[in-house]
Amino acid sequence: MTDNVIDLRSLSRAFGKKQALQNVTFSVPKGSVFGLVGENRAGKTTLLKHAFGLLKASSGSIAVFDLDPVQEPAAVLGRIGYLSEDRDLPTWMRVDQLMHYRSAFYPSWDHDYAKELVTMFDLDVKQRIRSLSRGQLARVGLLLAIAHRPELLLLDEPSSGLDPVVRRDILAAIIRTVADEGRTVLFSSHLLDEVQRVSDHVAMLHGGQLLLCDRLEAVLSQHSRWTIRLPDRIQVAPNIPGGVSCRGEGHEWSVVCNGRHEQFQRWLLEHNGKVIEQATPSLDEIFVARVGG
Amino acid sequence: MQIRISQNDGTPIYQQVVSQVRLLVSSGRLAEGQQLPAVRKLAEQLLINPNTVARAYRELESAGIVVSRRGSGVFVSDSCSPLSRREKNRILNDRIDALLAEAVQLDFDLENVVTLVRQRGLRFCKGEKK
Repeated sequence: MTDNVIDLRSLSRAFGKKQALQNVTFSVPKGSVFGLVGENRAGKTTLLKHAFGLLKASSGSIAVFDLDPVQEPAAVLGRIGYLSEDRDLPTWMRVDQLMHYRSAFYPSWDHDYAKELVTMFDLDVKQRIRSLSRGQLARVGLLLAIAHRPELLLLDEPSSGLDPVVRRDILAAIIRTVADEGRTVLFSSHLLDEVQRVSDHVAMLHGGQLLLCDRLEAVLSQHSRWTIRLPDRIQVAPNIPGGVSCRGEGHEWSVVCNGRHEQFQRWLLEHNGKVIEQATPSLDEIFVARVGG
Repeated sequence: MQIRISQNDGTPIYQQVVSQVRLLVSSGRLAEGQQLPAVRKLAEQLLINPNTVARAYRELESAGIVVSRRGSGVFVSDSCSPLSRREKNRILNDRIDALLAEAVQLDFDLENVVTLVRQRGLRFCKGEKK
């Protein structure tokens, strides 16, 4: 038994000619809030679907609770709560019917907790799924994902397209889940400020490949952002050794560095540049630098 | 206990919690012996990772600002008042450093800054009396 809830080893997956995941290896430690970030079609949904046993690894492997979710769904899926990106709930059911139906699958379904969530989320259980607003639909999906108090919560873009009030509910649910001893959350998101707020680990996917994966704190502290002023006006971003990205125009440029920045400082000295500001970049800035750079 | 987390400055979230609790304690808004919210509750309130709150509390504890009593929670420590003066200085010094850094950027020398502070101070005091 390891301390990891999910273990990916050289996981690859192709859909026809499109390589959705390429040789991805990382682990999700028990008790962590793990943020999965990347552009659209970077492979986030494909990865989460593998963890929930909806897709089979075409090469490499994925283990959840040390088990293969495709081979042993009964032993794995009951311990997972999953919220898919498109929610895919049966539109013709009423909320209470759907809750009843779902509770039958999970021996650990907590009826009191479910009731508590209905009140907290201000849901009308007699409403049909099809008539729910986008925000209420997200809350129902969330309720169904957490009412059996899963050991692992998988959320695919839980906040996208939602108003701030619903986003708060979702973040609070993530925090509540992980605050319960030993529970783990893996979620994908575009909203990097949210990821930076709640995660302790982060993995960045780009074009199906793992760009970086570490403790959030390490990711933040390894990167640095420099605002520099150069003596000459230049129009094209200079190619700075040790810099992951360089943006700006004319005299002033903003450089994001990863890790050692001695090379960058040497370059700056050689070009008579001056440091105006040095700061720790946000996860958002690091993402843009790494992916858009 | 009102704490605001800002993600625009590069300060790590746990440090923001630490410095704001310090401020609340030295300004008396958190009194000696007062209980702080439980880790989980504060995490839910601020929408931040519980480990971040736990880390901030540990840091506050090793700085002697709070004490954690097993089983009952985290409290503002009784011996906080002697620290308070130093603590207040520390908080203000941080702000002064930021001001000075900006002043250098704008080509002000120390004398200019002091003069400006004095002028603003006079205006500020007048405003207070009204």
